[in-house]
Amino acid sequence: MTINTNKEGEKLTIIPEGRIDTVTAPEFSKAIDDNIEGVKDLVIDFEKLEYISSAGLRVLLTTQKTMSKVGTMKLIHVSDVIMDVFNITGFVDILTIE
Amino acid sequence: MELTLPATIENVEKVTNFVNEELEKIKCPPKAKAEIDIAIDELFSNIANYAYNPEIGKATVKFEVQDNPQAVIITFMDNGKPFDPLLKADPNIKLAVEERDIGGLGIFMVKKSMDSVEYEYKDNHNILKIKKHI
Repeated sequence: MTINTNKEGEKLTIIPEGRIDTVTAPEFSKAIDDNIEGVKDLVIDFEKLEYISSAGLRVLLTTQKTMSKVGTMKLIHVSDVIMDVFNITGFVDILTIE
Repeated sequence: MELTLPATIENVEKVTNFVNEELEKIKCPPKAKAEIDIAIDELFSNIANYAYNPEIGKATVKFEVQDNPQAVIITFMDNGKPFDPLLKADPNIKLAVEERDIGGLGIFMVKKSMDSVEYEYKDNHNILKIKKHI
């Protein structure tokens, strides 16, 4: 997978490309951890994401818990396939999806 | 078609690629393909993490297509410790973010997205079979 990050002041945008699965979830997690300091507005852009498995949901949950304390986190460009995953798992209720 | 290889996290991708090549041949729709790929990630990584831990053993993944109605059947086999992932309690998906935990979510997703998931322990083998109509 490839992960693009864009940080402007307190805003961080993360764009993962490919799959977030057991193998790649640690990379996704690291990309967030390495850039999250001082961030109050986190945007995760799923436009180029094929799918996400529970290993990736774990990262989203941890990150959401962190961001709930210090600012906001939102997901954009979520495909139908990934929306199904969020619906099945109830993540639709705990994430902000635009 | 089947593939036997060491059950390691690194090999999840090989299994995914093996299955995706077969799915391509039968023109599997993208949504079903994504659901199958997610199921492979959840199930094969389970084997990699638990079946032989801390040793490394082998697993076999078998791919079959059934006609009328058309369905894909994927069977995961290992001869590690007996482990029925279906016994895992479903997670509470209604909890607030602070209380949410990720345990059991993977197998829960597999159960929800496949048409059937069956586990059997036979001749010292864990045999997990998933079926998806396409």
